[in-house]
Amino acid sequence: MNILVLLRMVPDVVEELELAADGKSLEQESLRMILSESDGHAVEEALLLKERHGGTVTALALDAPEMDDALFTALAKGVDRAVKITGLEPGLTARGAAQILAQVMATAAGLLPADLILSGTQAIDDLDGSIAPLIAHSLQRPFVAIVVQVAMAPSGGTVTVVKECPGGVRAEFEVQLPAVLGIQAAEKPPRYVPVAKVRAAAKSRQIECLPAPAPLEPPLVEVLQMMKPVVTGHATMLEGPDEEIAGKICEILAERGLM
Amino acid sequence: MAGNIWVLAEQWRGRLSEITYEVVALGSEVATALGVKLQVVLLGHKMKGLADTLGRADGVLYVDHPALEEPRVETQSAALAQLIQAQQPRCVLIPLTNVTLGVATLVSAQLQVPEISFCQDLCVLEGKLQARCVLYGGKMEVLVTAVREPTVFGIWPGARPAEKGRAEQMPAVEEVAVTLPEALPVRFKRYIEPEAGDVDVTQQDVLVAVGRGIQSQDNIELAEELAQALGGAVCGSRPVIDQGWLPLSRQIGKSGAIVKPKLYVAAGISGAPEHVEGMKNAALIVAINTDPQAPIFNVAQYGTTADALDLLPLLTEGIRKAISKKAGPS
Amino acid sequence: MIPTAVRLGPLPGWLILWVAFVLALALFARRVWFLVRLLRLGHWENRFDRLPERVKRVVTYVFGQLRLLDEPLVGIPHVLIFYGFLVFLVSTSGMLLQGLLPNVHLPSVEENRYLAPVVDIFAVLVLGGLAVSSFRRFVIRPAGLQQTVDATVVNIMIASLMVTYLFVEAFGMIAVPHESGIWLPAGRWVAGLAGKSEFLRAGAVSFHHLFWWMHVLTVLGFLVFLPYSKHMHLMASPFNVFFSQLDPPGRLAPPAQAEKLGAENIPEFSWRQLLSGFACAECGRCERVCPSHLSGEPCSPRELVHNLKEQLLRYGPAWLNQARPADEREPSMIGGLTAPAALWTCTTCMACVERCPVLNEHLSIVVDMRRRLVERGEVDARLDEALRNLGRYGNSFGQSERKRAAWTQTLGFKPKDARKEPVEWLWYLGEYACYHSGLQEITRSLARVLQAAQVDFGILYEAERNSGNDIRRVGEEGLFELLREKNTATLRQAQFKNLFSTDPHVYNTLKNEYPELDHGQHGVYHYTELLWDLLRSGQLKLKRKLPYRVTYHDPCYLGRYNGVYEAPRAVLRMLGVELKEMPRSRRNSFCCGGGGGRVWMEETRGVESRPSENRVREAASADGVQFLVVACPKDHVMFSDALKTTGLEGRLAIKDLAELVEEATTVAVEVECTA
Repeated sequence: MNILVLLRMVPDVVEELELAADGKSLEQESLRMILSESDGHAVEEALLLKERHGGTVTALALDAPEMDDALFTALAKGVDRAVKITGLEPGLTARGAAQILAQVMATAAGLLPADLILSGTQAIDDLDGSIAPLIAHSLQRPFVAIVVQVAMAPSGGTVTVVKECPGGVRAEFEVQLPAVLGIQAAEKPPRYVPVAKVRAAAKSRQIECLPAPAPLEPPLVEVLQMMKPVVTGHATMLEGPDEEIAGKICEILAERGLM
Repeated sequence: MAGNIWVLAEQWRGRLSEITYEVVALGSEVATALGVKLQVVLLGHKMKGLADTLGRADGVLYVDHPALEEPRVETQSAALAQLIQAQQPRCVLIPLTNVTLGVATLVSAQLQVPEISFCQDLCVLEGKLQARCVLYGGKMEVLVTAVREPTVFGIWPGARPAEKGRAEQMPAVEEVAVTLPEALPVRFKRYIEPEAGDVDVTQQDVLVAVGRGIQSQDNIELAEELAQALGGAVCGSRPVIDQGWLPLSRQIGKSGAIVKPKLYVAAGISGAPEHVEGMKNAALIVAINTDPQAPIFNVAQYGTTADALDLLPLLTEGIRKAISKKAGPS
Repeated sequence: MIPTAVRLGPLPGWLILWVAFVLALALFARRVWFLVRLLRLGHWENRFDRLPERVKRVVTYVFGQLRLLDEPLVGIPHVLIFYGFLVFLVSTSGMLLQGLLPNVHLPSVEENRYLAPVVDIFAVLVLGGLAVSSFRRFVIRPAGLQQTVDATVVNIMIASLMVTYLFVEAFGMIAVPHESGIWLPAGRWVAGLAGKSEFLRAGAVSFHHLFWWMHVLTVLGFLVFLPYSKHMHLMASPFNVFFSQLDPPGRLAPPAQAEKLGAENIPEFSWRQLLSGFACAECGRCERVCPSHLSGEPCSPRELVHNLKEQLLRYGPAWLNQARPADEREPSMIGGLTAPAALWTCTTCMACVERCPVLNEHLSIVVDMRRRLVERGEVDARLDEALRNLGRYGNSFGQSERKRAAWTQTLGFKPKDARKEPVEWLWYLGEYACYHSGLQEITRSLARVLQAAQVDFGILYEAERNSGNDIRRVGEEGLFELLREKNTATLRQAQFKNLFSTDPHVYNTLKNEYPELDHGQHGVYHYTELLWDLLRSGQLKLKRKLPYRVTYHDPCYLGRYNGVYEAPRAVLRMLGVELKEMPRSRRNSFCCGGGGGRVWMEETRGVESRPSENRVREAASADGVQFLVVACPKDHVMFSDALKTTGLEGRLAIKDLAELVEEATTVAVEVECTA
């Protein structure tokens, strides 16, 4: 089974996000990038499938600060091949990224055909679309989003996937291969790989670099302004020692007839 | 009719969700502002009756097809794309939920039109549509416009109150046909229901919710006792369910239940958008989180930075005393 | 009247003895050689340096029996038995030699007027010691002491040796009643008893021979039995002590090989680690002081060492024979004889190492196996998260590096930035002091005290990262090395004279495990040492004496690991408080349970009483003590929590030493009312 995983970095929200001078984008200096969380789950799901059914896992990523670390970590976890697309224009939206990925996949050797293409189902900066459905459309392949489980059928031509629906309900689908899946969560949390192995991978393994093709079309959306959310309401904060706070809350509840 | 505002109704398992009405309310405002009509697109199979509640709109376009009975993103987007192509609305508002995630993107890719996602609000400025979107898990907002139309907007829950999207009158329903392929590469097999919990969180008046701040499974007992004292039940945010500390039936949020209790006590919950989506309409929200910057405080009426592990037992005690006083010697 | 000069049946006695002797020796040597070959399966470790120091260790711990006296009830009997053993070693060797060469007259202990009484008296002392230790073993049955066939056999054998010796003496005296003038009180007393019987008097020579043979054959039997039983600790422990770790205990050995970190199979342990299994007498002292074990966790230092011995004895032969391919010779020790839970619940407090009479290094075994668990990626969810955060943000809280100095915001002044300007004292805070909301005020207290004393200090602001002490002890050696590289680079660029930390864990690793930090140029201190210096010199002036009664908890990484016991106590004395020591203080201090990365791990469910709870109860049991004084941020967190869970909040409060110093030295202060 050949699996291709598409990876992208997004801003790390643990850091305070600041506005750039142009008022439309994030200030780069204070910015740290991190692998999109569901992309990390996509890698884990790919590795679990490889462990069960054999085959290879290739990671195809868009270059960004600290992407190398993420790719070496993926290699240390068991990904067979890591490819990075370099020379990207700044301010690339999800749609632009998807176009570049699709072009590279079409032209670069050995990426396609893949039985399964996995990516995170949605990233926190997917303003104009998400990678997974866009790639599915450009490759004309079946697509399921919010996947939490993937099982290969014994016959081999299809996979059974479980998708998360509202209310804790899940839906099971049978999907014909080759397919694209938007992964919400892997069946197990992403495995831990010790730093020593990542460092060893950084020394001994290679990340292949491919130049980015020129974007086919300019973005279809325009950001006019970026701002910190205006907090419309805020809770009345209760202060004091714990006993006092508990007392105040009891009063509030009593007033509202909740006791 | 060209130039209208369309809303895709979120139909799931034969019901329309709350968010449909929220988006209808939003669409209605936009349509009024632009002086055009609001039409709701309803996709399903033998579900025409659902259109009855969509009276807020000027009309309902109902598409009936067996392939639309189950929630397949590709069939929904194929049907919607055909309609858009035929009727050329100005924009299409699609609710962003687990059911529809992907529809907006596939439609926009198919028709090569812009998509703007994570929208919290839409307004009209000088005849142009402008969206206010939330990015980075709620940390930043952007004002966005599209370069051409029709534009597909993905609308985040909470854009408008759902009541504003309902109306007494019955809408005009028009049945429209689409052609969908016979053999589909994605075949729906079945639903997997969560283990029937003894408790239906959506029916509770009082919910005590725990998040990662509860730190360990043992501490959930503190929440149980408070819930008991208040005659309610314990529920949790996604991380707690993922850890296995509470069953799936107790999950509140995007992938869990949407609840509207009279009282929602959020202990150790940060208030990520996916969770807030599930509880923001509670009548009274009291949030306990040691981080004063936690977003939960933006949606709660009362909050405190006390440690939940310390506060919960004190609360339980206080409530028990108050209740026994009330019931005291007569 | 040498017993072997007489014929026994058709054969001369000395011939039978020679046969027995050669046979015993051969069996003994064969077994010992087998054990040595097993040890050689372990990888190489250089423990052959600094020989004079090593000899000194043997003198102190083996001949001086120093650690034995920690538990006097059994310690004193052991000392007697041990010296008795030495004495009888000489005496019995003499007897044996004489028996082997009956026609040669050799000088013997029995004929020496000074040495003979020693042996005689020791026979009684050893029996007395045996009586006490047997009573303890079979009647009192203390925790951690395994009841084994081994132990019973050994006890019987030693008793037999003593009894037979006394009878040899006694019947010798009856048979040849000459006044040699040698004082042999015990022998004479037994002779007196035996002499009352006509039958015994008549056969005195035969009985003398009989008991002589019994004595010698028992010794030869013991010789053969020794390397098959746990009593081989007799032979192994002097070597164990000789080859013990001379480096400071706070300096862990780096991994033996770079490829696959850690150990789970025999060849991956060092020969010295394998030797600890043979040197272990299974006395259980380690287990009896282990905080995790005492709170009901599956952690046991004794079992750990025992299991290593078992693993070696069971599967070592397969390695020696090389009969099967390498990966089939041995099941992994982890998940086999030792459960991962037993490894993860260790707090690395070193109470076991401190107690062990044969100087076993339990900790190195735990860390090596933890390294292997990390290498396999088998860490629990909370530890996984902590390690990711540490790797990415330099702290386990998952907060931005840029918030490291957020605690300074309400300080009222800005501490010097040691990255930009030279300072005399570099304050390496540690993540708990910086990020933990409950501790930041204490950090500010210390900053204010230092500022008031006009100490030229500075901090590293956002450049400070976790020093790596607990990361290393959790087994994530790669992350430790990465952080150490980064921190060393940061420290190299800063200009400072000395370094101090609020956190003993940070102190330990910077002092012992950062070789690139030029220790000739920079001193590494704990803040209590700095405070003592400042108070002593008068640079920090006391404004008042504090009228409190307090007790002090010795942090593991400050006390046991680095020997700093006096400085905090000296500070307390200068503050005027009345210091009541807890029963377990100084090197016997009882760990708060937070070390070794325990604060980053899932808490075990259903534990009877956590170490921190155990400790606060101990503090509260001291009459009138108001404060439990701590000098480590993790201690503060663990004990504050424990006060709540034990309901002792009204009885006792936790105070960091810095808080007390601030109270005693500021101009105007609000004294906290205490219960």
